Amino acid sequence: MSRFIVALAALLLSVCPLHAAEKIKVGFLSTMSGPSAALGIDIRDGFALAMQQNGGKLGGLAAELVVGDDQQNADTGKQLIERLLKKDRVDFVTGIVFTNVMLAVAPAVFDAQTFLISANATPSQLSGEGCSPWFFSTSWQNDGAHEAAGKYIADKGYSSVVLIAPNYPAGKDALTGFKRFYKGTVIDEMYTKLGQLDYAAELAQVRAAKPQAVYIFLPGGMGVNFIKQYNAAGLNRSMVLVGPGFSADEDVIKAVGEPMAGMFNTAQWAHDLDNAQNKRFVADFRKQYGRTPTVYASQGYDAAQLIDAAVRGVKGKIEDKAALRKAFEAADFPSVRGDFAFNVNHVPIQNYYLRQVVKGADGKLTNKLVSTILTAHKDAYAAACKMK
Amino acid sequence: MDLILILEQGLNGLQFGLMLFLLAAGLTLVFGIMDMINLAHGSLYMIGAYLAALVLGSTGSFLLAVCGALAGTAAIGMLIEIGILRRLYARDHLSQVLATFALLLIANEAMRILFGSQSLALNPPEVLSGPVELLPGFLYPAYRLLIIAVGLAVALLLYLLVAKTRVGMLVRAGASNREMALAMGVNVKALFTAVFGVGAALCALAGAMLGPLLAVEVGMGESILILAFVVIVIGGIGSIRGALAGALIVGVVDTLGRTLLPMSLRAVLPPAVASNLGPSLASILIYVLMAGVLFWRPQGLFPARG
Repeated sequence: MSRFIVALAALLLSVCPLHAAEKIKVGFLSTMSGPSAALGIDIRDGFALAMQQNGGKLGGLAAELVVGDDQQNADTGKQLIERLLKKDRVDFVTGIVFTNVMLAVAPAVFDAQTFLISANATPSQLSGEGCSPWFFSTSWQNDGAHEAAGKYIADKGYSSVVLIAPNYPAGKDALTGFKRFYKGTVIDEMYTKLGQLDYAAELAQVRAAKPQAVYIFLPGGMGVNFIKQYNAAGLNRSMVLVGPGFSADEDVIKAVGEPMAGMFNTAQWAHDLDNAQNKRFVADFRKQYGRTPTVYASQGYDAAQLIDAAVRGVKGKIEDKAALRKAFEAADFPSVRGDFAFNVNHVPIQNYYLRQVVKGADGKLTNKLVSTILTAHKDAYAAACKMK
Repeated sequence: MDLILILEQGLNGLQFGLMLFLLAAGLTLVFGIMDMINLAHGSLYMIGAYLAALVLGSTGSFLLAVCGALAGTAAIGMLIEIGILRRLYARDHLSQVLATFALLLIANEAMRILFGSQSLALNPPEVLSGPVELLPGFLYPAYRLLIIAVGLAVALLLYLLVAKTRVGMLVRAGASNREMALAMGVNVKALFTAVFGVGAALCALAGAMLGPLLAVEVGMGESILILAFVVIVIGGIGSIRGALAGALIVGVVDTLGRTLLPMSLRAVLPPAVASNLGPSLASILIYVLMAGVLFWRPQGLFPARG
C-alpha cells in the first residue's frame, strides 16, 4: 500500500513539473513589540497596502502573509524563521527590521533556497563578498543614509561632530558610512547598548565635548528617548542635531512632538516626493491607516511590489528559481522613490534626499523634502560582490 | 577632565542609584524578613509604570498619575501577598523562584493582552521638560532633579520609618531574627502584608518616575530586577541602609564607568578598539564589583543579621 502511494506521488510529481502555483505564502518576520514596534508595524502596513491594492494578490496569485514577531531579538528571530521555513513552508521571507536579526536568520533562508526580500536592514556583510543570489533589498545599503548625512554635514561646514550609534553591526555600518563622506573632526564616537533608553551618561559627554553637530543613528524608541533627553538637557541651545531619516520620521515626530521642529535628516524617500506612484501610495496609506507613512512603510510597499512584479514576470511559476531571480533582478515595478534599479549585489542604486521636520499645512509637524544630496548613489561594497 | 562633566555624571549616578534604591528597598525587606525570593518584584515596577501611563492618559495630571500608580500597585501587591505568596513562605527557595517566575510571566502576558505590545508614552509634566541652569554653563534636566529630590525624600522617610517607629522596630526584629520575633508574639501575617504593600508602592514610584526617561513596555521589570538583586547582594540582604549604599554605589559606578572607561581606553588604544571595548567593559563593571564584594564580604557591606 505504502509503496503504491510513493509510486503515485512520484508519478504526480513527474507529470506536472513547474506548474504555476495557486497561492503564495510570504513569511513576514518583523519587530512588532517593544519601543521599536512602530518600525515593523509600518513595514507590515505598507506591504499589506500594496497587496490590498492588488485585490489580496501578488503577481496574480492569491497571497497569504504569515506574520512573526522577532521582538528585536536575534534568537527569537532564529526560532521563528525555522518555523516559517519548515512548518509554514513560505515562498518568500521579508519584513526584517534590525540587522542583528537579519544576520542571524539570513543563512537559514539562503540554505532553504528561499528568496529574502529585505524591506529594511541591508548589512555590509550581505552587500560585499557575502552577497547572496537569494537576497534582494528594497531599502538601501546600511551605510547609505549615513553617507548622505556625512556629506550634508560636511557641506554645511560643521567642522566637529560627535557620533552616536548602537553597538551592533548596523551601528558600525552607520558610522563607517558617515565617516566615508565626512572629513572634519570626529571628536568622539559612542557606541551604546542596542535598545538603550537612558542617555544621561552620553549626553554629559556630548556637553563636555562641545561639538558643532551631533549625529545620531538611533532608530525607533532609542531615538525617541535620545531626542527628548537631548532637549531636556538643553543641548539643543548650543549644537545642531542631525540624524538619518530613521531618527526623524513620522513615528519619532509623533512621540517626541514640538522639539523635533527644524531637524534635518537624510533618506532615500520622502512622502512628498513627486511621482505618481508615490502620490497614490501616500494618499491610500493615509486613508487606510489614518497616518502619514514612514520610510519603513515605503520600503514594505516596494517589497510587496517587487514580489508582485517578479511573480508576474515568471507567470506564477515560482518553482523555477533561476527565472524568478532574473525577474527579481529586472525590478520591473513603479517604485515610490521613482526610478528603481538593482546594483550587482541586489541593492538599489538610488538618490538620497535631505528632509527637514517642519509644520505641515494642517499645523502638524511632518517631514518636507529639501534637496537631493546624492544622485544615483552606488554603495561602497558592490565592487567586492561576486554574484554566483 | 572637565568639572561640569564630573558634576553632571555624579548627578546622573545619584539619580539612577536612588531609583534603584526604591526597587531594592522593597526587595531587600521581603528577602530579609520573609526569607522569600520574589522574582515578580520587577513586575510590580512594570505594573506601576503602566498604571501611571493609564492615569496620566485619562486625567492629564502627572501628580495624580504617580498617586494612582502608588495606591493601585500597593493594593495589587497586597492582594498577591495574601492570595499567593503567603502560601510559599514555608517552602524552599526553589518553589518560591518557580512560583514567582510564573507570576512574572503571567504579569507580562496580562500587560500584553490589556495594553498591546507597543510601548506606551509617559511624558513628564510640561514645566519640567526643559533644563535648569545649576552653574553658569551647566544645564541639567529639571525632571532628573525632581527624581533626585523624590528619591532622597523617600530614602529619608524610610529611614525614619525603620529606625524610629514601632513598625520599623518589628521590621528590624524580623530581619535580624525571624524566629525570635515570632516567639515574641509579633503579628507576622499583618506585618508581612504591610511590608509587601510598602515594597510594591516603592516599585510603583520607581516605575512612574522612570517611565518618562525609559519606555513603558512589557518586560521592563526584568532588566532592572537583576540590578536590584546586585544592589541587595552588595548592600547586605535585609538591610535598608545596605540597599541605599549598594544602590548609590551601583548607580555611580555604572554611570561613571560608562564615561571614564572609554575615555581612558582611548588614551592607550586606537579609537576603533577603544570604542568597541569601552562600553562592553563598562557594562560588566558592576558585576565585577558584586563579585568582589561576595569574595571579601560575602554577607554584604551592611549585613542585617549580626
